[in-house]
Amino acid sequence: QQRQKLKKCGGDEKRVDSRTIYVGHRPCPDTEAFIPSKFCDNRIVSSKYTVWNFLPKNLFEQFRRIANFYFLIIFLVQVIVDTPTSPVTSGLPLFFVITVTAIKQGYEDWLRHKADNEVNKYPVTVLEDGRSVKKESEKIKVGDVVEVVEDETFPCDLILLQSSREDGTCFVTTASLDGESNHKTHYTVPDTEKDLQALPATIECEQPQPDLYKFVGRMHIYKPEQEPAVRSLGPENLLLKGATLKNTKKIYGVAVYTGMETKMALNYQGKSQKRSAVEKSINAFLLVYLCILISKAVVCTTLKYVWQSKEGQDEPWYNQKTQKEKDTNMYLKMFTDFLSFMVLFNFIIPVSMYVTVEMQKFLGSFFITWDKDFFDPEIQEGALVNTSDLNEELGQVEYVFTDKTGTLTQNNMEFIECCIDGFQYKHRDTRSELDGFTVTDGPVNKLQQKAGQEKEELFLRALCLCHTVQVKEAGSEVLADQVDGIDGLLLPQPEEERGFIASSPDEIALVRGAMEYGFTFLGLESKSMKIKNRENNIEEYKLLHVLNFDPVRRRMSVIVQTKSGETLLFCKGADSSIFPRVRPEEVDRIRMHVERNATEGYRTLCVAYKQLSAEEYAVADTGLREARLALQDREQKLMAMYNQVETGMSLIGATAVEDRLQEEAAETMEALQGAGMKVWVLTGDKMETAKSTCYACRLFQRGTELLELTVRTLEDGRLKREEKLLELLRDYHRRAVQDAPPVKAGVTRSWSTANQDYGFIIDGATLSLVMNPPREADASQYRSLFLQICQNCTAVLCCRMAPLQKAQIVKMVKNSKGSPITLSIGDGANDVSMILEAHVGIGIKGKEGRQAVRNSDYAIPKLKHLKKLLLAHGHLYYVRIAHLVQYFFYKNLCFILPQFLYQFFCGYSQQPLYDAAYLTMYNICFTSMPILAYSLLEQHISMEILLDNAALYREIANNAMLRWRPFLYWTVLGIFQGLLFFFGVRFLFSNPALQDNGQVFGNWSYGTIVFTVLVFTVTLKLALDTRHWTWINHFVIWGSLAFYVFFSFFWGGIIWPFLKQQRLYFVFANMLSSVSAWLVIIILILLSLLPEILLVVLRKPRGPHSRQVYLFLPFPF
Amino acid sequence: MKNEGEAAKRPDNTAFTQQRLPAWQPILSAGIVIPGFLLIGLAFIGIGIGLFLTSQTIQVWEMDYTGVEKDSPCFRCTILSNQNCTCEVTFSLSTLFTGPVFFYYGLSNYYQNFRKYGVSKDYYQLAGDTGYFKSPEADCAPYAYDSKKNPIVPCGAIANSIFNDTFELYQIINGTKKQVPLDGKGISWWTDYNIKYRNPSPVNGSFAKSFDGTVKPINWPKPAYELDLIDPNNNGFLNQDFLVWMRRAALPQFRKLYRRITDGDYAAGLPAGNYSLKVHYNYPVLSFDGRKKVVFSNVSWMGGKNDFLGIAYLVVGSLCVVMSVVMLVVYAKFKFSDDDDA
Repeated sequence: QQRQKLKKCGGDEKRVDSRTIYVGHRPCPDTEAFIPSKFCDNRIVSSKYTVWNFLPKNLFEQFRRIANFYFLIIFLVQVIVDTPTSPVTSGLPLFFVITVTAIKQGYEDWLRHKADNEVNKYPVTVLEDGRSVKKESEKIKVGDVVEVVEDETFPCDLILLQSSREDGTCFVTTASLDGESNHKTHYTVPDTEKDLQALPATIECEQPQPDLYKFVGRMHIYKPEQEPAVRSLGPENLLLKGATLKNTKKIYGVAVYTGMETKMALNYQGKSQKRSAVEKSINAFLLVYLCILISKAVVCTTLKYVWQSKEGQDEPWYNQKTQKEKDTNMYLKMFTDFLSFMVLFNFIIPVSMYVTVEMQKFLGSFFITWDKDFFDPEIQEGALVNTSDLNEELGQVEYVFTDKTGTLTQNNMEFIECCIDGFQYKHRDTRSELDGFTVTDGPVNKLQQKAGQEKEELFLRALCLCHTVQVKEAGSEVLADQVDGIDGLLLPQPEEERGFIASSPDEIALVRGAMEYGFTFLGLESKSMKIKNRENNIEEYKLLHVLNFDPVRRRMSVIVQTKSGETLLFCKGADSSIFPRVRPEEVDRIRMHVERNATEGYRTLCVAYKQLSAEEYAVADTGLREARLALQDREQKLMAMYNQVETGMSLIGATAVEDRLQEEAAETMEALQGAGMKVWVLTGDKMETAKSTCYACRLFQRGTELLELTVRTLEDGRLKREEKLLELLRDYHRRAVQDAPPVKAGVTRSWSTANQDYGFIIDGATLSLVMNPPREADASQYRSLFLQICQNCTAVLCCRMAPLQKAQIVKMVKNSKGSPITLSIGDGANDVSMILEAHVGIGIKGKEGRQAVRNSDYAIPKLKHLKKLLLAHGHLYYVRIAHLVQYFFYKNLCFILPQFLYQFFCGYSQQPLYDAAYLTMYNICFTSMPILAYSLLEQHISMEILLDNAALYREIANNAMLRWRPFLYWTVLGIFQGLLFFFGVRFLFSNPALQDNGQVFGNWSYGTIVFTVLVFTVTLKLALDTRHWTWINHFVIWGSLAFYVFFSFFWGGIIWPFLKQQRLYFVFANMLSSVSAWLVIIILILLSLLPEILLVVLRKPRGPHSRQVYLFLPFPF
Repeated sequence: MKNEGEAAKRPDNTAFTQQRLPAWQPILSAGIVIPGFLLIGLAFIGIGIGLFLTSQTIQVWEMDYTGVEKDSPCFRCTILSNQNCTCEVTFSLSTLFTGPVFFYYGLSNYYQNFRKYGVSKDYYQLAGDTGYFKSPEADCAPYAYDSKKNPIVPCGAIANSIFNDTFELYQIINGTKKQVPLDGKGISWWTDYNIKYRNPSPVNGSFAKSFDGTVKPINWPKPAYELDLIDPNNNGFLNQDFLVWMRRAALPQFRKLYRRITDGDYAAGLPAGNYSLKVHYNYPVLSFDGRKKVVFSNVSWMGGKNDFLGIAYLVVGSLCVVMSVVMLVVYAKFKFSDDDDA
């Protein structure tokens, strides 16, 4: 039966739900044949193209873009059908666009290749045929036995076979995977012999799946002349790619999942192309213009045939048709006429806008990399831009999802103060503490003045004993050699500061804190804990029981026996879980301190103790042992036992530990909230910790009413969990949504007490209940209630989140009503999914690996840089690109409108008004540089003002500059100017004798005059909008105009041998020799800009802040 | 990426990279705009008055001679069968028509700006390149080859449809007709005549020989090399009437310069009196409901008579002045009402 299964696995991997791995690729004696199965290799691929498929794939992707496809069609129509303009006029810009985009995307992909290679080429050691071989990481195959040394990350998912530690364990930190930086213990598979070179074993395990905490497998170890031993494998045997080996010299493991099948890779969501809201607006506008274009073509075609139906109009004697034309089917003619009109007017959809937008984004993103404010001297790096497509999205963020550990906080616990018996002991380095109210003259002296020595020592002993901290063994060579027989060449390390390892960093902080007061924990050796007391005597305690921490109880205890035979229970835990279990009269003295500390953002713990009599201990001991061995309901039994033991204690003190916030975390958060963004904290961390962080960075204020939706609040004897959940949701909804005054968008957060602030807290388990309720029907109700509550809260905290849950939350908000723009910021691999999910993903170049940075759109060294990134860069980019887009549509509308109007005067014959050179060059040369310079350099408000007034960010919220209203304004402006250009010149040409020698002007003169007015008007319109004239702006604006004049002279000054018709020969020069032409050009330019100037002046608000407010609007609408 | 020096990683601290280039930040404040508008307005009114007055001084006399009405002199020429028809239009001038007088012909409802019509010519032929005489540009079709497949030079619809009415102007002095000399030089663009259009070089000293193997355009009575047999500089593609025609009009209603009256007794203008215009009526326009007219006009520095420009300047100028006044009122009102930034 087993054999059959094995065979199946080897042959057909995809269909079965488990895979079989031959450790070290050795055939096993028990299976008939060794069938090497195909697994994917250990390459991580985040790049999109290879050298070979770049061209076809990139072209395909580019032409999937509606605009590019449209231009391709136009180009093909021009090639096939006889159209008024040559294919070059649209082919050249299209070629230009495609080339520039391809170069840009190629460059970006090259960067991704580089990043991939860094990972894939990382050298690893693999055991092969008894030798260790150095390989590149990407060469690892499933079944390879891999060696990993301390502080290296695992190159793929491994089953731990052998560890250099004696007890067959190793420590890893999964900081870059799930954000937990504590050390986790993993175990070797029992019974794997020391000799890995010839271990005949197979592993049978499930197919790759993304859940980081689940793994099921079996290992068959074949021994000669014995039944194969079967060992079950669980997550505790699996070392995940991306995790780092700690405090263990070396391990060996067999690769089970490689490359894109590792759990880390599976936790990345597919990189979908992120589109910015601006791009969506562009597409919407594009559709409008497409409609305008089509209706123009339809109108012209219809009128043409109406007009032609009149006798003599269709084919006057002076312009007869060829025989072929006469023979053409009438409907076919109509169709080709329609296409010709499309081609004639196609310039209304600006092909060059795309290339300008691309260039603006690409070049503009350099300003982020160049910004020296983003440079962090610590890591010697500045900001990094991975995608330049989203620059403007930085100015549109409505929701900020931030990771806690490593992002808001430095993940660096520090013991701040303690309170013993109601007296406050504050420990600080004297140099760092200058607070007026803190008196600091050395901690030890302080202690003795306040509480009785006995109490102090009891408290400090409690701190030293009540924990699960281990002392780091590194540094003692003897020990290293004993454990690690293979590698004896380890360099002797200097005795450094005592290292501790613990599952929670604040336990270490507490132990260190006790050390400051003279009690040092020396370590745990064979069930006895050693501490060094103030008199430098070693005290020894026998560790009897550890009552582990769990999030529901929210406390932990140890039971120890002193030398003198006393049995003591020390308990530490959250205030809420300790206070009910101690004598009430002791509580009040300490509660005050605890509450004060909590509001200051510290993590507080209360410490209690109890002396157990021999009988009591005996009861507890047997109870605990029984519960531990229970086969059924072990958890509940243990819990009951713990609760039974942890009663009737006496409170001895409290501690305050600070998780140091990132620099300027609170200021940054405040600025973000001031800018109208809602900040959500998504963390995998415990609720208490996260909550205190939220207080510390002022996301929750003293007056904030917290709405809690956690496993704890759902614990209710009466109701089932989902019923309780619904009840709570309804209740919170009533409080936060219905009773609250409607929150107006853009209103500054009120500080008055009348307006209640709400904070919302939810944990992962409850969230999954909300998202996937047992009854499917409730899902939408739950979700909408939940979302509404969240949206009305100033800050939301989601704790105990799995990486994918973070993404789920982001997705939910992203898809909610109004589809707000979301931003995720994080530093670890656990944030990757949320970074990928959000509209904008920001990676922090923190300590926890590079996954977040690599998958982010932007990476910054510190949280504090987010403020400038959003408020200054984002704001400016948005204004720049919005103006760019509107301007582009506008300038092409007034470019093409005269050409459309001209059709009414040329018998709808598709006669172009402008020469082909002008048609082609208009967008590429004459009017492109000023807007590009504008869109790179404009600062309608200076960066300092933007940073100082976060509220300015609200001015551009909700895509304010690309809504229909401003779009309509620009369109009307374009139409107005187009009409003016055409009819102004039309009236002038009622007498075409415009020169003082009586000679007349022809149609190309007409077009050239209109075109000259056009180029000058649109350029000067931009000049009017420019608020920030650097020399570059001057150069390109005046330079463009000069270039236009120069080009026109040049183009008309030479008989071009390659042209079939010298249409513009001396047209421009002749035009300039006519005074009337000059005068009409001047008046039309002025008249076109007149309304603009008037609006600017009349709209200027007056008042104390006039200058500032006025500056908000780069143009009136 | 890793081993580069610190300096390489630290962003350049230049004004450009830090977006701190020195910049001029103009504000369109009322203080600038109001006087600016006033000045522009006054200047425009000034120019407008100048333009308007100039336009008023320009004399124009024009007359439709299509002959649509039965009693009009050219009516009989509208009958198609009537070949080589001439008609005479008389008119009188009450005052001196100051010279130089420019003689235009005008066509309406005539679309020289049809796209197909517009491209229907061969520039290389017109530049005198005989290599293209035998193989006219395809765009010239159906005026590229005649029915016997002979290439047409100059090919194309524009050349073929050249305006071929001719005019003679007489002053009637005491019942006798005195011909007014019409100057056909300098009516086309200098660059067209001197650079853009070129005649083919003569073959064996004979200009006509260079046209060997080609035929004249269908509608032409004589080939290109016989357009002006008197003045060789006005012959072939350099014939000024031809050049004027080849410069396509922008609109379906247009006028083209026919002659200038600059010589002899009429250099100072056409004196008051009776005149007779003899029209050699060849050009059919009624089939497409077109009209023909003759225009006498003198010109000023701004060209021919055109009231539009003057009026436009006056209107815009007054608008600017009115605006500046309105703005002044608005500004003053607001400025006093909330006493802003002093």
